[in-house]
Amino acid sequence: MTEKWKKKARLLAHHLRPAASALCAGVLAAMLATLLRTAFTQVIRFAVDGVLLGDVSDLPAFAQALDTPSLLGAACALAVVIALAEFAVSYVQDVSLPKGSERFVKSLRDALYSRIQRLPYGWHVQNSTGDIIQRCTSDVEVVRTFVMDQLLDLLSTLFLLVVYMAVMFTMNVPMSLLAFAFVPVILGYSAVFYSRVSVKYREADEAEGALSTVVQENLTGVRVVRAFGRERGELEKFREKNNRYTDIWLHLGDWLSAFWTLGDMMSIIQVFAIVVLGVHMCVAGEITLGVYLAFVSYTRQLTWPVRRLGRVISEMSKAGVSIDRLLYILESEEEQPVQAPRQADLHGEIRFEHVSFAYEEKAVLRDVSFAIGGGQTLGIFGGTGSGKSTIALLLSRLYDPDAGRITIGGVDVRDIDLRALRRGVGVVLQEPFLFSRTLAENIAIACEGAAQADVRWAAQEACLDASVGEFVDGYETVVGERGVTLSGGQKQRVAIARTLLSGAPVMVFDDALSAVDAKTDEAIRTHLRQAAGGATLILIAHRVATLMQADRIIVLEDGQIVESGAPEALLAQGGIFARAARMQAVTGEEADA
Amino acid sequence: MSEKQASFSLTPFRQLMPVIRRHGWPLFLAIATNVLLAGIDLIIPLLQSRAVDRFILNGTLEGFGGYLAQYLLLMAAELALLLVYFKSCMKTEMCIGRDLKEACFVNLQRLSIDYYNVTSAGHSLSRVMSDTDRIAAAAAWTFPNVIWALAYIPGVYAVLLSQHAGLALTMVVLAPVVAALTVFFQKRLIALNREVRAQHSKITAGYNEGIMGAKTSKTLALEDRLCAEFERTTSRMAQAGIAHGRMRAIYVPLIVLCGTLAASATLGLGGNLVLSGGLSIGVLSAFMTYALSLFQLFRQMATFISQLISLQANVERVAELMHRKPTVTDRPDVVDTYGDCFAPRTENWEEMRGEVAFEDVSFHYTQGGEEVLRHVNLHVPAGTSVALVGETGAGKSTMVNLVCRFFEPTGGRVLIDGRDARERSQLWLHSHIGYVLQEPHLFSGTIRENIRYGRPEASDAEVEAAARAVNVDRIAQKLPRGYDTDVGECGDKLSTGEKQLISFARALLARPAIFVLDEATSSVDTQTEQMIQQATATLMRGTTSFIIAHRLSTVRQADVILVIDRGGIVEQGTHEELLAAGGAYHALYTTQFSKQARQDA
Repeated sequence: MTEKWKKKARLLAHHLRPAASALCAGVLAAMLATLLRTAFTQVIRFAVDGVLLGDVSDLPAFAQALDTPSLLGAACALAVVIALAEFAVSYVQDVSLPKGSERFVKSLRDALYSRIQRLPYGWHVQNSTGDIIQRCTSDVEVVRTFVMDQLLDLLSTLFLLVVYMAVMFTMNVPMSLLAFAFVPVILGYSAVFYSRVSVKYREADEAEGALSTVVQENLTGVRVVRAFGRERGELEKFREKNNRYTDIWLHLGDWLSAFWTLGDMMSIIQVFAIVVLGVHMCVAGEITLGVYLAFVSYTRQLTWPVRRLGRVISEMSKAGVSIDRLLYILESEEEQPVQAPRQADLHGEIRFEHVSFAYEEKAVLRDVSFAIGGGQTLGIFGGTGSGKSTIALLLSRLYDPDAGRITIGGVDVRDIDLRALRRGVGVVLQEPFLFSRTLAENIAIACEGAAQADVRWAAQEACLDASVGEFVDGYETVVGERGVTLSGGQKQRVAIARTLLSGAPVMVFDDALSAVDAKTDEAIRTHLRQAAGGATLILIAHRVATLMQADRIIVLEDGQIVESGAPEALLAQGGIFARAARMQAVTGEEADA
Repeated sequence: MSEKQASFSLTPFRQLMPVIRRHGWPLFLAIATNVLLAGIDLIIPLLQSRAVDRFILNGTLEGFGGYLAQYLLLMAAELALLLVYFKSCMKTEMCIGRDLKEACFVNLQRLSIDYYNVTSAGHSLSRVMSDTDRIAAAAAWTFPNVIWALAYIPGVYAVLLSQHAGLALTMVVLAPVVAALTVFFQKRLIALNREVRAQHSKITAGYNEGIMGAKTSKTLALEDRLCAEFERTTSRMAQAGIAHGRMRAIYVPLIVLCGTLAASATLGLGGNLVLSGGLSIGVLSAFMTYALSLFQLFRQMATFISQLISLQANVERVAELMHRKPTVTDRPDVVDTYGDCFAPRTENWEEMRGEVAFEDVSFHYTQGGEEVLRHVNLHVPAGTSVALVGETGAGKSTMVNLVCRFFEPTGGRVLIDGRDARERSQLWLHSHIGYVLQEPHLFSGTIRENIRYGRPEASDAEVEAAARAVNVDRIAQKLPRGYDTDVGECGDKLSTGEKQLISFARALLARPAIFVLDEATSSVDTQTEQMIQQATATLMRGTTSFIIAHRLSTVRQADVILVIDRGGIVEQGTHEELLAAGGAYHALYTTQFSKQARQDA
């Protein structure tokens, strides 16, 4: 338990370091501002008592010697000086705190991003994108609020309470007791209310989520809605969720209204009590008018910070959960760089030796051994779940095998510098991701500074050039999240062009043409060997046709190699591959030479 | 940026007025109570000053009871008003929000497919969900607050001038200064804040990309480069935030300074007046209370007003969505007979036989754009299955979209059962169509609910019969809760193949007169593949079907094959006929068919 809290504190402390000087300046300035505000009220008090009522007994000796007009002038001058000082101090406070806040958040954001980039492939497979983004955005904001608003608010409110208490008790004890008697009541009331209401907020959030899902599904499934003529049913579904969300909030609104009104009532009663007691004591001559006015002023200034404090205390617990959610990312283990990496000829032979691999305790590859000479083409064939994609992931060390070893040019891949290996093994995934940049930049992303002609060449080889021509901005069209959305087939072709351009010595195409139409598929395949230059090619597919030009094919079933050999030999052999070839021919799965 | 401000227009605000007016009563209550509260806020310092003058300075408690009674009454009134105010604001906010959401959603159901083709779901979603929320909150809270400030600030001046015109002069003189400062700084603050928001959205986009693209960036070893780029973005964000903070750090203390200076001046001038007997101490203290808070109100009002101005973008987006006209509409006389999509008059609906004809149909997506279909003529008798083959972009999808009336032909007409499709309502047509998309879409809920989507009134037995006919029973059996298994958001818990089969069952249950299928090209395992083919065959049998075919088995089974090329039908006939003809289909067949097929043969 304590270890957990220490971890959280360490995380905050680490990222607060770049913000420390700004935050310290800000907090000090805030404290000074509080002192100055207190002093301003005191100046008015002395002006009222000493000047207007002529009771100089409370004034320092040098002031007692002054005549009334000069005293008034002195009080005004002092008030102006304090006002100017407060301005200067507030400026420092308001400049420093945002600076600290931004520096803190920047440090945290950078750390998260960098960690996410360096976490292993498996981690990204296991964690949902939406959840991680939520952690990096909402949870970071919660933590920022905790540090900047809650922690600092707590600090400055406590300081304010102490200063006011000291000043007020010095002026008059019974009045102070009355004023401060309300503090714990208001504080407790706020804290209890906010912790209660947070349960209701959660309910409202869930109702909002349900409503949002209905809209989202309606939008993404609009063709289904229309084609089945279900607009009315959709509206009913929407209305039900919309009304439920509204009703929950209206109910919550009744609560909140009552709470706010009650809170205001307490503040009003507090001031009222001070007025009643104050007038009595003034009339009885126990306090001066100046003191009375100061008390009314201080009491009014106390109310809001105390009410906010109640809220802060009740909401601070949220931050603990958010910090845990950030720690989940920041404590996940990064990929380790290779100690003493060895040079390897990536153009050399690739060898899998008795490789086994299990994912979530399910065996994916079992004792797989094969070799492929440099510059040759290997086809890997198998159905869904046969383990064929895993071979690509192991080769580029996105996963490491549980047993056996993989070598390129005679060097174990675990001894090759990770970056060099990944750059050298160009893997095209079935669902490639495009970055929010232009098409040209996307194609050239793995080889910066590529000439425009080279980009075009790669695009042509990937049968992308014609599609690019259809965009108004051509190669300068921005794609991805914030640009034009490409079809699955177009994305795959961009990824192929990207890899071809990189000129990697090993290229792996993992079902990389699945979304491309038959004719284009064929056109790309015809060029591929030539476009890849001397690279070693690994083609992974469940379509027989895709693999027919390979030098050698291995057929995987349930994680084991069940057939291997030249395509023609496999067809003649009459095994799985031959059966699949026949079936795909009958069902029109396009396949040709 | 300044152009944006210059183009401020009330028109979109006016377009939303009908919805807001519907909740005029709670909104009026919110404003009325708020104005009354402003009045009470004005009186309180005066009331407190009377305690000083009447009791403290006179040294008497005579009449104090009556004074307290007045005080308490005022407080009680304030609390009652506050309660009404809060509740009215809440009610206004929630009801306006609800109705705006519904208005958007209703129009989204009416808009034609062309809107959806160019608008991302996320874009529409944020209009329906967050833009409406922001508008509702502003209408319910910010707007009454502006009215409050508009009542309160002149009120303070009225009180000050009536109490002592000479002493009020300080604050009268400072008012234009504060106003000018506020305008000066607000302009800059709004611009800086826009920059902060822009940088913020870049950070979110950066995370999106960094996380969604993580697998790809690993395979390309781009980690260092992306991290460096992201750090540049966060640096710009920090700079923008600090710049905004610095501007605010001058403005806010400056306004406070104006207040404290005004209070100091009041103390000096008023003090002399008190000494000369021209002013009571109570009134002086009231003046100082007003002075300390008055200029904060200028700042608050500026904030409220800038909030309302920045709302313009949200209002424009919502008004645009609410008032956008669908491109495919039913004629008024058609609506009279057949009803619209929310209130169909099914009693006037004819049965559909499923005969479809294209008469000289042409189509282009954008005005002056390239013709996607050119003078297509086609007659499909009821019950005929039609396979459309051809290259990507040849016009296959467009033909299917026209059958579904997702678009209207730009030339010629589409006839359903011998009558122009425009003579009957879209809902009539859609209610007779069974539709299976290349990328299947399911809704949250159980498998059973998803199948029933095709025909809500179907019994459980009918649902299961449809499921069995297309092998969904085999999927259901494998799942712990069978047909009552939750499929997750958009069916995410199922594989693509499973979703595909469920969408077949959904179409089958709808008992369509016309069946439309865009065959999937995506890869599924061989067993699912076979199940999907069986399902396709089941659905094609005896129903008018339009199938964008990618599988030879489907093509072979079809009664008619249409070879589409460059927006026209180039060949038409059965598999054997077309092969024998040795034309375009033959060429297509040989490129799409394998060496293995020839070897087999």
